[in-house]
Amino acid sequence: MIAARWPLLLTGIALAIVVAASFWTLDLHLGALLAPASLAAMGRYAAEFLAPDLSPAFLARLAGAALETLAMSVLGTVIAAVLAAALCLPAARFAGRPPARWRVPARLLFNVLRAIPELVWASLLLVAAGLGPMSGTLALALHTAGVFGRLFAEAFENAPQGPAQALRVQGNRESLVLLYATLPQLGPQLLSYVLYRWENNIRAAAILGVVGAGGLGQMLAFHLGLFQNGRAATVIGAMVLLVYGVDLASYAIRRTMVRMH
Amino acid sequence: MIPAARPEQPATGVPLRATGMPLHDPAARQRWASLVLGAVLLWPLLAATEFSPWKIFEPRSLHASARFLAGFFPPATEAGFLGNVALGAWQTIAIATSGTVLALFLAVPLALCATANLSISSLGGRMAPLPFAVRQGLRGAMVALRTVPELVWALLLVRVVGLGPTAGVLAIGLTYGGMLGKVYAEILESVDSHAARTLLANGSGRLQAFAHGLLPEAAPELTSYTVYRWECAIRSSVVLGFVGAGGLGQEMDNAVKMLAGGEVMTMLIVFVALVAGADGLSAWLRRVMQ
Repeated sequence: MIAARWPLLLTGIALAIVVAASFWTLDLHLGALLAPASLAAMGRYAAEFLAPDLSPAFLARLAGAALETLAMSVLGTVIAAVLAAALCLPAARFAGRPPARWRVPARLLFNVLRAIPELVWASLLLVAAGLGPMSGTLALALHTAGVFGRLFAEAFENAPQGPAQALRVQGNRESLVLLYATLPQLGPQLLSYVLYRWENNIRAAAILGVVGAGGLGQMLAFHLGLFQNGRAATVIGAMVLLVYGVDLASYAIRRTMVRMH
Repeated sequence: MIPAARPEQPATGVPLRATGMPLHDPAARQRWASLVLGAVLLWPLLAATEFSPWKIFEPRSLHASARFLAGFFPPATEAGFLGNVALGAWQTIAIATSGTVLALFLAVPLALCATANLSISSLGGRMAPLPFAVRQGLRGAMVALRTVPELVWALLLVRVVGLGPTAGVLAIGLTYGGMLGKVYAEILESVDSHAARTLLANGSGRLQAFAHGLLPEAAPELTSYTVYRWECAIRSSVVLGFVGAGGLGQEMDNAVKMLAGGEVMTMLIVFVALVAGADGLSAWLRRVMQ
């Protein structure tokens, strides 16, 4: 019993050291945060946020940015799904087929795409694609393609082989086998992955604009930069509503899918 | 292609025709309809996102990106720069760790107050109205903390506490506090509560019932979720740097803005290694804890 506890104890000590070192090296001003002067400043700041700008002209602009964010999230997810579907076929190993030669490089590519967060992709893409929603869309697409690539490849590998084999023994081409046996079989599963990532991507799309990649985030950064906190508060409210709306929509689509099957 | 699996049959389709079955796809109309519908729906999206990939291939922007990309190789390896990167990487880990610890201070009390399994009034059937309202209110507060993305918290906090790691730590603390608190409360409700309920019914305090009834049941799941969130915090602390909250992200932001490709490449490599390391460590820790 005691022997079994050693690794746990050592892990605990290591953890305590890392935590202590983290607080010690960071030079945090958490104490200053609670000083009367900064508390008063925060109070003023919060009061400005409690008075959101709801003028029609501003709301119209906000709706435009919200639509842009929504479009970014949908298009980014769709492009990623298409990219991943194309790339994951060489990455999947099928039972009874020769070992996929492209499996390792494709997986490596997926891992790199996935390891770099959307926001970092966006800031890199700004150089190539310029300021605006297209950079954000491509950033979402690249990161999500990495996520999808792995999920899709695993789905293809784990798909039951019966229907595909039935078409194959009839002498059908591999492309037809894919279109008429494997894809219809995996459709609901792949669609469910796509919906799940869409919920993620609307959250990412809302903030990507902070580095200049369009949508609500860009508007938020703009108004915060001008110290228009009332307007910033409205933008944050719109972000929350949009995320909530997409969650609801995704839930509704899932329910319809379940009912159809 | 598996030649062995092919029976000795003539060319494609012949056996089907022999049975008199139709050769056209019965679902063809549906497939085409959904394709067309998809294309029609996609069009306004392309317009809304100003999607024009050919812009990337215009000579001017192609030139800029080529120069930027060419700078990626070789990655920058000057000793002074590597020192900065190491410092940034440590700062990223430290921000994630401190933020997670701060989040625990927020999440543990909130979860203890919000979990229905520690309700004394519900022992006799339904929970009394006031405790019910308080628990729902706390849950709402946690959801609100979590719904605002950490990057937005960081943007706001940078204006209160200034540029630097403090804003990042507080942003992670607030968002993850809500996230951890909500999940902790749910975990505490999902485990077998028989022991805790019996303790409460026999007059023990809530904390005693938690420590002796719920915690032994829930500890593995609680720690495993916390470790997983710490791993996520490392990822987000890099992103927070882009709005000025310190660490590797801030260095990366500066390097991208100065189009220093070699420096960006080095930092990307360090970042990917950092995330992979955190991933491996977190998987190992979760295995040890089980």
